[in-house]
Amino acid sequence: MRLEPIANPGPARIYGLPALALGATVLVASVLALIAGANPFATLGLIVKGAFGSKFATLETLNRATPLIFTGLAVAVAFRAKLWNIGAEAQLYAGAVMTVLIGMHSWGAPWLQLPVMAALSIAAGALVLLGPVLLKTRFGVDEVVTTLLFNFIMLLFVSYLVEGPLKDPAGMGWPKSVPVAADLRLPRIAQGLRLHWGFALALISALLIWVIQTRTVLGYQIRAVGQNPQAARFAGIPVNAVLVKTALISGGLAALAGFSEVAGLKGHLSRDLSPGFGYTGIIVAMVALLHPLGVVLTALFVAGIFVGADSMSRAAGVPTYIADILMAVALLFMVLAILLTRYRVVWR
Amino acid sequence: MTDPAEVLRLDRITKRFGALVANDAISLRLRAGEVVALLGENGAGKTTLMNILFGQYVADEGQITAFGRALPPGNPRAALNAGIGMVHQHFTLADQLTVLENILLGTRGLWSWSMDIAAARAKVMALAGRFGLSVDPDARVGRLSVGERQRVEILKALYRDARVLILDEPTAVLTPQEAEALFDTLRKMVAEGLAVIFISHKLNEVMAIADRCLVLRHGRMAGEVETRDTSPAQLAAMMVGAEVTRPQIAAGQAGRALLQLDRVTTPDREGAPGLKAASLALHAGQITGIAGVSGNGQAALSDILSGLLSPASGRLLIEGQPAPDRWTPAAALASGLGRIPEDRHKTGTIADFTLTENAVLETHVRPPFSRGGWMDWAAAAAHTRDIIEKYDVRCPGPDARIRLLSGGNMQKLILGRVLEAGPSVILANQPVRGLDIGAIAYVHGQLLAARDRGAAVILISEDLDEVMQLSDVIHVISEGRLSPPIPRGTASVADLGLWMAGEGFPHAA
Repeated sequence: MRLEPIANPGPARIYGLPALALGATVLVASVLALIAGANPFATLGLIVKGAFGSKFATLETLNRATPLIFTGLAVAVAFRAKLWNIGAEAQLYAGAVMTVLIGMHSWGAPWLQLPVMAALSIAAGALVLLGPVLLKTRFGVDEVVTTLLFNFIMLLFVSYLVEGPLKDPAGMGWPKSVPVAADLRLPRIAQGLRLHWGFALALISALLIWVIQTRTVLGYQIRAVGQNPQAARFAGIPVNAVLVKTALISGGLAALAGFSEVAGLKGHLSRDLSPGFGYTGIIVAMVALLHPLGVVLTALFVAGIFVGADSMSRAAGVPTYIADILMAVALLFMVLAILLTRYRVVWR
Repeated sequence: MTDPAEVLRLDRITKRFGALVANDAISLRLRAGEVVALLGENGAGKTTLMNILFGQYVADEGQITAFGRALPPGNPRAALNAGIGMVHQHFTLADQLTVLENILLGTRGLWSWSMDIAAARAKVMALAGRFGLSVDPDARVGRLSVGERQRVEILKALYRDARVLILDEPTAVLTPQEAEALFDTLRKMVAEGLAVIFISHKLNEVMAIADRCLVLRHGRMAGEVETRDTSPAQLAAMMVGAEVTRPQIAAGQAGRALLQLDRVTTPDREGAPGLKAASLALHAGQITGIAGVSGNGQAALSDILSGLLSPASGRLLIEGQPAPDRWTPAAALASGLGRIPEDRHKTGTIADFTLTENAVLETHVRPPFSRGGWMDWAAAAAHTRDIIEKYDVRCPGPDARIRLLSGGNMQKLILGRVLEAGPSVILANQPVRGLDIGAIAYVHGQLLAARDRGAAVILISEDLDEVMQLSDVIHVISEGRLSPPIPRGTASVADLGLWMAGEGFPHAA
């Protein structure tokens, strides 16, 4: 068995194979449900119903999708430049820490202080990614290793903060931080809707990234550096500067996930603020083929599966682990689909 | 029907990649004791054909017979076991091993190593003597010259009892003298009944060594002729499908020096020498040719002129003024340099970018292509359409990805990108490597036209014919040293060959 490159894949391959990958994912889900002793159709139906079946469920899914859109965008932007940012989790927590630090005391009008909170969160996340990128551009240190390790450093740092300096005295001993001041919580999009402005901010960010990638000099340079750094350098594009700018954008986006989770949903910092949103962001970005608008759709899909699986599990008794398996399977199939759009398999 | 002397037979080999037909019913017969040349531009299908022979690809139709037995398709070992050896353009030797170890590598099982090293050595030495392939069996390959490495590759094939030897562009890396020695070896081999397939674009060499020529064009057989019945002009015509007129080249009118290197030295790197106190002056209205065997400092010279490398010592002067301190590709572009890089696939273009995106790669930071950080894609596309029209780039349109273009059309786009920026100095590094003759004539014509408009052109090429044909002044480069300028028509091929071999320089480096 060998792979032969395809010079010019047609639309059937480019769009058909990813669709097939999603179909195959559903098929695997059915088999898993069967093994768990449930009716596969009922199980899938319950997942969909649990995710989008009611206003409450849909809003829950949108809330869950919000941090995934941010981390997915962060990864997609970086991967476009072949900057392998595996550290969205650390950047998310950096943003969350900064949000608490700025937001624990109210010192100005919310319309002033909220943007300052967001801006400094972005700066904190950007800073966390800046270190690994400078190590990469100056000394050739592999950013996969450094960004990954930063996740653990950051999590330990957060543990220290919530057990120590930022510990909530009214927290009954739980390791969580002092809360963000009440007037600095992100408002809900509409009265009575359990959906905060973080979701809108995520959509705006996706649009903004799309515009940057397709319409600006920086976006063009990021793509050039990602596709062929040698040719980009030869053509006079400052490759290292472009990588640094990419890192600032990517780190900032991931930090916004932390900002929006703390200021919009939880109200405080804790060690379990993110159940791996930074890592799931990698899956979201890959399945979305690094397209910013695709990230939004994929994040909704992924969030839907998680929310839906929770509710399905209660109703059908199939463990929620099915959601994790589905994520992994979707990623594997999508990577395979991407490979097969560019290569055909030759048996013999 | 079967000829007993026939050693290899390709029967109507057809290979399609989607809509592209890389090989369309190609047939080739090779008899013992003959040299068959496989001629054709890049993209004509030579490489695909050889990849099918060696099992890298499986042909859609057709069959291969070696020594009367059908070769199973898609099995890389089958061709080797059948006695077919290949010497690739890029050698496949391990630098850290000796010549003998390289030759033995892969010929025996893991645990039988060192059993009969003496017998192996005797066999290698006998082969070397018989075919005039002198090389020290105990030398480390990393220390050998390119010509010697090629001999090791040939010995490697012969040691495996190859009866058919395929040489892919073997002379591209050799001095004229080394090429002549290679031809002597090939003549000895065919005298002993071996058969050779010689892949080349160089018509003079093909005329000198081949008995028969098979010409490919766009994946089809354009013709098969006995060498004694043909002429270079006829072969050229077959390769491009029309008689090619070589441009009539008048000498350029030399103006002032636009760029000078004054005793420039750069560090050696990765086995390739840097420049050693190299001096030259590029004059307006002149083409300066740099002749030399590849790997003698051309890369360092090209990198300096591209802005990728700064001199470690010595001065780079542009219009008499020192070059900017921060000497980068962007600075080189701003100083009026236009650069045609050696590797158009890896350095010159971005394969998955469209023609438009590639056309503005060097100019996108300036109006009209961008303003205040925003790209103006309409202006970029209009500019690309101009280039496509003016430089006759055959393509589906400005939105097509450049990987779909043939080498010649890709080079035309790069040429358009460089020339439309109006450079005063033009670096052309191997500008026609791998192009068909029609595209070569076009590129050369454009360089001459730029020269006549008053640009200073520097042409770096391993093809001595090309350098001698186009240049008003020639420098020979050897181990990083540049010869003094040799004016047009004052030196013979043999004279230049001596410089290329490192003779005539005041003191050895």
